[in-house]
Amino acid sequence: MKLSKKRWGGVKRLVVEDIEKCVGCGLCMFACSRRSAKNPEIGNSSSAILPVSLSGFERGATVIFCRACEEPPCAQVCPSGALKPKKGGGVVYVENLCLGCHYCVEACTLNAIFVREDGKIAVCIHCGYCADYCPHGVIAYKEVEA
Amino acid sequence: MRDAVLIIDLDNYTYEVEHRPELFEKWLGGTGVAVQLMREHMNPKADPLSPENVIVFATGPLTPAYPLASKTVAMFKSPLTGNLGESHAGGRTAVSIAAAGYGAIVIKGASKKPVYLVVENDKVYFRDGRVLWGIPDSLIVGRIIAENEPGRGTRTMMRIGGAGEKLVRYSCVTTETYRHFGRLGLGAVFGSKKLKALIVRGRKKYLPTDAKKYREVYDEIYKIAIESDAMKKYHLLGTAANVIPLNELKALPTRNLKAARFERAEDISGEALAEYNLGRRIACSHCPVACIHLAALRLPYENEPYFFRTIMISYDYELIYSLGSMLGIGNRDDLLRLIHRVETYGLDAMSTGVCLAWATEALERGIVGEKDTLVKLAFGDVEGYLKAIDFIYEQPTEFYKHLAMGVSHAAEVYGGKEFALAFGGNEMPGYHTGYAAVLNYLIGMRHSHLDSAGYSLDQKAKELSPEETIDRLIEEESWRQTLSSLVVCFFARGIYTPEVISKALEPLSHSISPDELKKLGNEIYREKARLKVDLGFNLDELSIPKRIFETPSLHGKLSEDFVRKALDYYRKKLREML
Repeated sequence: MKLSKKRWGGVKRLVVEDIEKCVGCGLCMFACSRRSAKNPEIGNSSSAILPVSLSGFERGATVIFCRACEEPPCAQVCPSGALKPKKGGGVVYVENLCLGCHYCVEACTLNAIFVREDGKIAVCIHCGYCADYCPHGVIAYKEVEA
Repeated sequence: MRDAVLIIDLDNYTYEVEHRPELFEKWLGGTGVAVQLMREHMNPKADPLSPENVIVFATGPLTPAYPLASKTVAMFKSPLTGNLGESHAGGRTAVSIAAAGYGAIVIKGASKKPVYLVVENDKVYFRDGRVLWGIPDSLIVGRIIAENEPGRGTRTMMRIGGAGEKLVRYSCVTTETYRHFGRLGLGAVFGSKKLKALIVRGRKKYLPTDAKKYREVYDEIYKIAIESDAMKKYHLLGTAANVIPLNELKALPTRNLKAARFERAEDISGEALAEYNLGRRIACSHCPVACIHLAALRLPYENEPYFFRTIMISYDYELIYSLGSMLGIGNRDDLLRLIHRVETYGLDAMSTGVCLAWATEALERGIVGEKDTLVKLAFGDVEGYLKAIDFIYEQPTEFYKHLAMGVSHAAEVYGGKEFALAFGGNEMPGYHTGYAAVLNYLIGMRHSHLDSAGYSLDQKAKELSPEETIDRLIEEESWRQTLSSLVVCFFARGIYTPEVISKALEPLSHSISPDELKKLGNEIYREKARLKVDLGFNLDELSIPKRIFETPSLHGKLSEDFVRKALDYYRKKLREML
């Protein structure tokens, strides 16, 4: 779509390159938890990306993360302003405003908003940190045009 | 440090959490911790199939902080050997147990009715398992529970098939469909406790004490794992890469080890499976290697043209040996059908193959008859073996009841001990490489080839004396106690050197030097040996099937004298140690 091209041109995004190569190792998920240089976490509590099988990895996989909607439903239902639409698509998450109501979790069609151990949420902000740790080229961080 | 131990009591449907920092500080996790928990919770004289038996699942301090360290150690009293049962599995189990907040889980007692357990963070749910009980196919059990329980993508699901319910002494616990606590009969222990499955999920986080260092060390380990050749073998063909080399070395047990070279090895090799059947590769949690190789098998329906079913079957070297060469099966489709049948019931593939190989020879020699086996068993004949696997589960005759108790037991009843290929009660793995392998099977704490990799020592060193062989095996097994306490995948042992481990533990506030790590391995070895002796292990009761000395190995014909000398030396070493 021309409109999108204009709007999204030059924006870097996390994308799925080839889902058939996903082996379900979850390295992206653990990388996401480590993404903050100051406060890296161990585990999956704050991870905003989740590889899952299609009822068994023998049938293949899917990787769930925010696809950076132009009109993010999660931000529309957020009562506290913790989730705000980001210019160019997706959201910004202001953690200290988050009530932990999980309306956003319900609103996301992709189930791409995750609940952390402390009840607040984790959502992908397309920083691309995880892509460097995908050993099989399933996901990539690159400029998208539409 | 993750120091919580979850103790679940199936007698009363209760649970409690103990925090044990001292335990994890001293023994790291995994094997080291499991040995101590067994000591604390189990009566060493317990009947393995009674409520008195205890199951310990233990994870280590490197999980889930680093890659290639996502194994779980299960410890229990083995209903197959009557002694120490220890089995390791990958999958998602260790990561999920850690995510739920635990270093270890202890399961005691026995339920009155079938149940399955769900551990979710701080809570344990005892779920009614009556409807699931009696479903023999562990794949279907997994599917049903997956539909009912949340946690897709992060949970672990350990379950038994029909073999565990029927207390087949070498039944396994299957996790995430393709990984197994395979050896020594944990499945039967689950069955005796009326425990169909254990699901664990959670979302706990841990923080490194040194953020910068943690990310640095992580990247270092990740880089070695991705770029070096340290694990290449497992990337490409998987463990099945061993078939051709071992066959060429005359070390591939064939037709109940009447031979050590299989003329059809190439047809069931890793190369052939990769070329014709490999359908997908998958990984354990937090492992870039993806060594789990799934074969796609397309089977036609005989009377319905244009109907096919395509099943995915996980294969590894050990299965190719035990259900392939050991049974004279050289057709890939036949081999895959056997693997699938074993997977369905939740049987240990190695033990099943060895039992069937013995039964075939026993039938050949007239020790047992077709009235016992109900089907003609012949090397190379897949149909007979498929039915026989059904019978090991169904146990329709006295013969199958005995065979379901292991090959040593069956040979005790019917005779044919000299070709019943078990060591310490555990059916043999697929390496007829020489003295180190045989001694490894005999003195390894689990009687597993992975205890001390004797098969590898045989290939590296040819001129060792009996004493040197024992020393080298003890040294390797001791170091592996450290690895299995961390719990690092043995395939990644080339990456996790003492120096790397020490560096990796530091930002997790666990300061231990490379030398201390080695010493700790020796200490855990000793602790485990003590436990084993308490459980009734007696070196003098070990018997060696004569077949081992008849069929030439990589080291030629093996001499009984060498093995005796080595065992005498080990007896002395063990006495000193204890």
